[in-house]
Amino acid sequence: MEDKTYDLIIIGAGAAGLTASVYASRYKLEHLIFGVEPGGQMNEIKSIENWPGTISISGGDLIGKMIEQVNNFGVQIKSESISLVKRNEEGIFEVETGREKYSAKAVIMAMGTSYKKMNIPGEKEFTGKGVSYCATCDAMFFRDKVVSVIGGGNSAAVVSLELADFATKVYLVYRGERLSAEPVWLDKIAANPKIEVIKETNVIEIKGQDKVEKIILDKAINDDKTFLEVDGVFIEIGSEPGIELARKLGVETDEQNFIKVNLDQSTNIEGVYAAGDITTGSNKFRQILMAASEGALAANSAYKKLKL
Amino acid sequence: MDLLGSKNVMAMEFTDQNFDQEVLKSDKPALVDFWAPWCGPCQMMGPIIEDLAKDMGDKAKVGKINVDENPDTAAKYGVMSIPTIKIFKGGKIVKEFVGVQSKDMLKEELGKL
Repeated sequence: MEDKTYDLIIIGAGAAGLTASVYASRYKLEHLIFGVEPGGQMNEIKSIENWPGTISISGGDLIGKMIEQVNNFGVQIKSESISLVKRNEEGIFEVETGREKYSAKAVIMAMGTSYKKMNIPGEKEFTGKGVSYCATCDAMFFRDKVVSVIGGGNSAAVVSLELADFATKVYLVYRGERLSAEPVWLDKIAANPKIEVIKETNVIEIKGQDKVEKIILDKAINDDKTFLEVDGVFIEIGSEPGIELARKLGVETDEQNFIKVNLDQSTNIEGVYAAGDITTGSNKFRQILMAASEGALAANSAYKKLKL
Repeated sequence: MDLLGSKNVMAMEFTDQNFDQEVLKSDKPALVDFWAPWCGPCQMMGPIIEDLAKDMGDKAKVGKINVDENPDTAAKYGVMSIPTIKIFKGGKIVKEFVGVQSKDMLKEELGKL
């Protein structure tokens, strides 16, 4: 274990964690930032068009700039994954990785969210064999093939359009009555002859031999079939928070497992702050901008507690 | 032990042309990271593979293959999602993973072979 007690440990190196680090550096808080996947979900965005001051930038490029800014203050992201955070009798947080222990007076949890899974038969078995959670990564493997997208929000809409550039046919299967994607996407989907929207239908199983061959539906569609022959299944049904560390520490969450935060990003545990997609903050409007702003605020609150 | 030497080991570049020689006919286990430049999670995997190559030294071959430039190998092994990591031993796949993996876990898997 390192003897030193840091002011702050930031867990997570997406937009929230990276911004928190920049602010912490400017406040001269001695801190560490941990992130196994620097950039987090920004990694999978082809083009960001709502980051202020920037007409369009890829997720990868924006991450690169954010990391550069963090490094510019002499801070390096540690890629160790954290197994446990606990609070000792003196109120100091002990953060354990596989092989090291670090301690700090305050912690910012910014672990973000990961893709929600369907939890249907065949999903796990065919992951990487036709089931995908990243269209930007995998669209090219479905050139001239038939694919399905499951979901009805913005990401399902964007992914359908992305896939339509490669595939011959895209079925967008949604359990609800109306797609909840932004109108600008709905117009593009309606205008794309390759995309067929199938509403009020659930996918209940993914089948195939060595790879995906069909999806089974919970009711009959065209020609009374209860299945669709597809080569690929892209699952875009939202995301869920990575909450294990917070739970072990006793951090309070809401019924959907998001960390409950106050207006200053503090949690029910003194010295623990949370920022970004993992929290109930910003009216749960999950945007890079909101994550960054929560990260800044969390660092500011930690600074006020520790130094003022 | 030549510590300096092993630290200088770099991840290899596998291709459709050298795959047979470098991976399938390798006398050591070979770990292959299937990737492409447009894939964000693959970018995360890049430095992990470099580190892993250094850590493994001459105990295993560790490298990457760009699926865009080398579509035949990707197709032959049914890669439909990247990053995909496959570990080969004696010309056969012994283990495969889809998505970003940690260095420690990959090291452990290679250590078992």
